[in-house]
Amino acid sequence: MLTIKDLYVSVEGKEILKGINLEVKPGEIHAIMGPNGSGKSTLANVLAGKEEFEVTSGEIIYEGEDLLELEPEDRAKKGIFLSFQYPVEIPGVPMVNFLKTAVNEHRKFRGEKEFTAGEFLKMMRQKEQLLDMNAHLTNRSVNEGFSGGEKKKNEIFQMALLQPKLGILDETDSGLDIDALKTVAHGVNALRTPENATIVVTHYQRLLEYIVPDHVHVLYNGKIVKSSGKELALELEEKGYDWIKQENGV
Amino acid sequence: MSVLVEKADLSLKYTGHYNDVKDLLTEGSSDILNSKRNKAFQDFVMQGIPTRKNENYKYTNLQPQFSPDYKFIHQREKTELDLNQAFRCDVPQLDTHLAFIFNGWYYEENRSVGQLPEGVILESLEKIAIEKPELLEKYAQLANTEEDPLVALNTTFAKDGYFLYVPKNTKIEKPIQLINFLQADKDAFSTQRNFVYIEEGADVKMIMCDHTLNLNSYLSNSVTEIFLGANAHLEYYSLQNQHNKTTSLNSVFIHQEKDSTATTLNSSLHGGLIRNNLKFILNGENAEANLFGMAFIDRKQHVDNFTQVIHAKPNCMSNQVYKNVLDDESTGAFAGRIHVVRDAQKTNAFQRNNNLLLTDSATMQTKPQLIIDADDVKCSHGATVGQIDEEALFYLRARGIDDKKARLMMMNAFAHEVIQQIKVEPLRDRIDELVDKRLKGEVARCHECAYNCEC
Ligand SMILES: Nc1ncnc2c1ncn2[C@@H]1O[C@H](COP(=O)(O)OP(=O)(O)O)[C@@H](O)[C@H]1O
Ligand SMILES: [Mg+2]
Repeated sequence: MLTIKDLYVSVEGKEILKGINLEVKPGEIHAIMGPNGSGKSTLANVLAGKEEFEVTSGEIIYEGEDLLELEPEDRAKKGIFLSFQYPVEIPGVPMVNFLKTAVNEHRKFRGEKEFTAGEFLKMMRQKEQLLDMNAHLTNRSVNEGFSGGEKKKNEIFQMALLQPKLGILDETDSGLDIDALKTVAHGVNALRTPENATIVVTHYQRLLEYIVPDHVHVLYNGKIVKSSGKELALELEEKGYDWIKQENGV
Repeated sequence: MSVLVEKADLSLKYTGHYNDVKDLLTEGSSDILNSKRNKAFQDFVMQGIPTRKNENYKYTNLQPQFSPDYKFIHQREKTELDLNQAFRCDVPQLDTHLAFIFNGWYYEENRSVGQLPEGVILESLEKIAIEKPELLEKYAQLANTEEDPLVALNTTFAKDGYFLYVPKNTKIEKPIQLINFLQADKDAFSTQRNFVYIEEGADVKMIMCDHTLNLNSYLSNSVTEIFLGANAHLEYYSLQNQHNKTTSLNSVFIHQEKDSTATTLNSSLHGGLIRNNLKFILNGENAEANLFGMAFIDRKQHVDNFTQVIHAKPNCMSNQVYKNVLDDESTGAFAGRIHVVRDAQKTNAFQRNNNLLLTDSATMQTKPQLIIDADDVKCSHGATVGQIDEEALFYLRARGIDDKKARLMMMNAFAHEVIQQIKVEPLRDRIDELVDKRLKGEVARCHECAYNCEC
């Protein structure tokens, strides 16, 4: 589904990703862990198409296509979804309008009939239940005045509405209490199918108790320095990131 | 020819014109209007057409606007068009007391005003000034001819406009809608003078719509004086939708007594050069003034809003929010002056001006000015000039919304803060739609335009 080959990325002339290789197959869950500043969000944003990150070499193939050639909106419509680490507030853009527009853009792309307001609302209410979303949140502007936890839930709520093929969750667990974490994990698991895949970016192993990965990668200083099964997450939790740092000569 | 001579020539043109038409101006007009002309003319001669040296007109060069040879409309002209027929407001459910003003003159055959509550008068200013001069005792008291040359010129030429009187404790449920049309067989200069007297405890909503009906160039110079009694309430919406060969100069003065509230909301959708002067005098405790404005301009359009709020008594509140979206090479200006006089303690005065520049060649000048002579006051002002928030744009695009649509959503969001202040719901929905069309680059006119004014 996704193949990243020897990817180098810079921002403002500073090299951040230094040769990433990654292969994600349908049905898989990959966890990417690593200390702060190692480049996890950069990788996630490059996949979503953020322009300020400059790919200096390497390639990304998504479903047989050169992903780097696609605009962010086209990537989204082809099934890539980024749950942002820091979802931005957009005062004045009502949540409902935003969600309806996004869903209908996806439907149009797939050649399906656009939802009417009524149809959309009905569908939205169902997904709200799945994530135990407070209905009043969808009456506000996008993310405006949402708590940290509500913002994260809102990301997964959008994922539930858009049903991507490849979900990339960037630190979706940070800022969530244990109940919210369980709800979010439940939401993510409920959306799983044998055809779609998830990349979970996280700092802690906690979330991985609920969303169990097939592969765990450690990203450090712009490189994947370790890849293994889910046991790697536990090992990391035990030994801490200093272990990785020492192994990599810091 | 030096600039100085040219400038003097320009003012001379208008002073010369006054001498030519003096008799025409006084003819058929009332003593009260005529009695102000000479002094107003002297004040105009002293000030001349404003140049950018005039601090209040620093960002708007009016010299080129006053240069063309306009036809002056100093007498009521018969219109061939029956405005009642020609115009049907296409805002659904917008049920109003409707009256037309044609080239600055209150239309004689208004038939859509409908039944006004007892004692309310909506009429031609010229007529009231002759028949009931006692209602115009305060004429020209707010609009000071020494302070502004446009006001001086208006007072010199003033013959007609609308007059509105709302007696004590009268609430008018339906909005009063006044539609200004400009239509002449040549480029024309129109003068309009309005007077509104709202007594204690009365409650009124007004909607002003400005339109041009053909492609000639126009300069419209209007002055409106509004007196608001104690505990009276006013909502005043103005929708500027004229073509790009129009110069629209508007000076609105609002005088408030205690416990009164006034909200003005100005929406500039189209127009060549627009200058709005808005001056509030809060002259009684607990008076509240809200000043909202939004403008959407492109090409070489220019919009300049100049507000002044004078807190003359303690415990008053004023709140200003002006927002502009500027495209192409358009230029905009906002200058807001808040003056808290001595002893106007416990004043709350807020002001904000946010601007969205869609291109690198659009420019915006913004200048707050606080003059505070009391010590116990809360004042704040803030201005931003920026481009669309790239992070928010990316967020929308990452959800599958294309760049163009995402930008449109953000621009609508930007304007939304002002639009939501419109309390007349069908008007709000309609303006929402017009703004959306305007931002999409479609021509947004507020009625089915059968007049080919496609610029
Ligand atoms: N927009 C940016 N401009 C400059 N530096 C950036 C930018 N975004 C990220 N960085 C830098 O890139 C490095 C990796 O950041 P990031 O990908 O956010 O790490 P992580 O998500 O693993 O904590 C950090 O040193 C960070 O400061
Ligand atoms: Mg990060």
